[in-house]
Amino acid sequence: MNEKKIKFVQGNEACVEAALYAGLNFFAGYPITPSTEIAETLSARLPQTGGKFVQMEDEIASMCAIIGASLTGNKVMTATSGPGFSLMQEALGYAVMAEIPCVIVNVQRGGPSTGNPTHVSQGDVNQARWGTHGDHAIIALTASNHQDIFSITVDAFNMAETYRTPVILLFDEVIGHMRERLVMPEKGELPLVERLKTSVKRGVDYHPYLPREDGRLPMSDFGGVHRYNVTGLFHDMWGFPSSDPAIVHGLLRHLADKIMNNENSIARYKEYFLEDARTVLISYGSSARSALHVVKNRRARGESLGLLELQTLWPFPADIVREKCKNARCVIVVEMNMGQVLQQVKTAVDNPEKVFLANRIDGVLINPTDIRNIMRLIQGKGV
Amino acid sequence: MWCPGCGHGIVLNGLIRAVEELGINKNDIVMVSGIGCSSRISGYLDFHTLHTVHGRALAFATGIKMSRPELNLLVPMGDGDALAIGGNHFIHAARRNIDMTAIVMNNRIYGMTGGQYSPLSGHGILATTAPYTNIDHSFDVVKLAAAAGATFVARSTAYHVQQLTDIIKQAITHKGFSVVEILSQCPTYFGRKNKEGSAVDMMERMKDVTTPIGSKAKKENPDLIERGVFVNEDKPEYCSEYNKIIERAMKGN
Repeated sequence: MNEKKIKFVQGNEACVEAALYAGLNFFAGYPITPSTEIAETLSARLPQTGGKFVQMEDEIASMCAIIGASLTGNKVMTATSGPGFSLMQEALGYAVMAEIPCVIVNVQRGGPSTGNPTHVSQGDVNQARWGTHGDHAIIALTASNHQDIFSITVDAFNMAETYRTPVILLFDEVIGHMRERLVMPEKGELPLVERLKTSVKRGVDYHPYLPREDGRLPMSDFGGVHRYNVTGLFHDMWGFPSSDPAIVHGLLRHLADKIMNNENSIARYKEYFLEDARTVLISYGSSARSALHVVKNRRARGESLGLLELQTLWPFPADIVREKCKNARCVIVVEMNMGQVLQQVKTAVDNPEKVFLANRIDGVLINPTDIRNIMRLIQGKGV
Repeated sequence: MWCPGCGHGIVLNGLIRAVEELGINKNDIVMVSGIGCSSRISGYLDFHTLHTVHGRALAFATGIKMSRPELNLLVPMGDGDALAIGGNHFIHAARRNIDMTAIVMNNRIYGMTGGQYSPLSGHGILATTAPYTNIDHSFDVVKLAAAAGATFVARSTAYHVQQLTDIIKQAITHKGFSVVEILSQCPTYFGRKNKEGSAVDMMERMKDVTTPIGSKAKKENPDLIERGVFVNEDKPEYCSEYNKIIERAMKGN
């Protein structure tokens, strides 16, 4: 019998293990709490596999370096937290525009500004969606335990390749620093998406931005057999700048549609006791652990409570949320911000008046007692 | 893309001649540029060309060079691009001594946005954002690059096109971080604002205000700007050093 390899690790280390499993071979980053263990661990692990690690002069440079490395054919990642994530936004938009696969980990801490570096928050949900300027679509994923960090990190690399896009992993300080069990998946156990490479031969014209019939854009390793241009300007199928209104419109549509039209296949979520739930909790990341505790605890006492745990935050899985909440009398969003996912849920459901917020914004993990007290207030029972 | 009389076309000319004379295959050259007049140079060239964001060309280039150390990386930048918004990347790329050629096309002005002062404009010049004259002092690119650790540092001008080609050849051949500052004229904005006349007048001026390194003229007139190769030294190169790290990590020590 095959004994599975079991590790006892931090969430940040689980993310590293998964990234290496997915084929990460280039990482650039800059130290910042609470994400630093990702860089530290990769500085040791990547060269062991022939991969490259570089500590850049700031987060801007880190984001730029991974874009360059991805273009040459590598699977790439950077990791940061709020202030660094703010600095990365311009280059992140470049990766959106030039359609460069990459994974950006944001282990969230309190903000704005330097905020609460060693404490938990989920305040960057909207920044992940709209941090960079201009209309665009983005993928942002999260997880509430180390096994899920592993699988969602692999998913992030797969989606980055599938959709040729940056994918944001939105973890939080509690998940990043907490230690728990991780069962290492065997090689081949989780599917991996490798880069879609062009079949155009050397010496034949290659159009880097000419979609195939299925809408995907096969890549040719930059610096390889095909010479082409890449730019952050609106561009034609050759990759050369264009301000032709038809090209601008077509490219912007393409960038949004390739993700928004696949909202349901990008959606990752878990559900607990939802079948007959009259009260549905919606949560994600570390706050989902407390929400799940409440649900299990109250179920044992006969309350019809369920949990929808979101793992895909962007594109927001509105259809799924609407469907799962349609029979609920009350929907309570549990998160550690001032209601960023709450607003999305209100927009998604048929009856926004039934949606309430259970939150903490003081840098302390929202605990089951907090959620229960807020639920009692919502139900008019007082604390 | 460029205005009539712009010096950047001469830099492009010198660069192409350098590549031609070195006999480097176009497929082995990656050009990474940022934003500004200078950065549009990549659009004229049949290399692997990456036109990036303002100031960050060297950071993108670092990701490419580390991934494919066998490629020749050319990074043309403007003075604002390289030394204002990109100043931090400039000194850190120099410090790492990563093998690439940074070409600073110094026309002392932000041309694309219409003539604002740059960190190389210098004290006393006029610009659209310095209507009462500029009180900022400028960087000395050569001293800055040398102090930051660049292992090849040189300067020439758009007037001295043969020297320019020769220096770019040396810079490309050098293993390590090479900086070439090329004084280039912007008759449209810098020239008009500062009453320096036509493009030809501005180029004549380049001849007059520069002198070869260590010349007698420099001793007599310390204000002259020296041209030539200031630094050319061997120091462990970043990608080669990282390959040693990989060897050690793979052996488990």
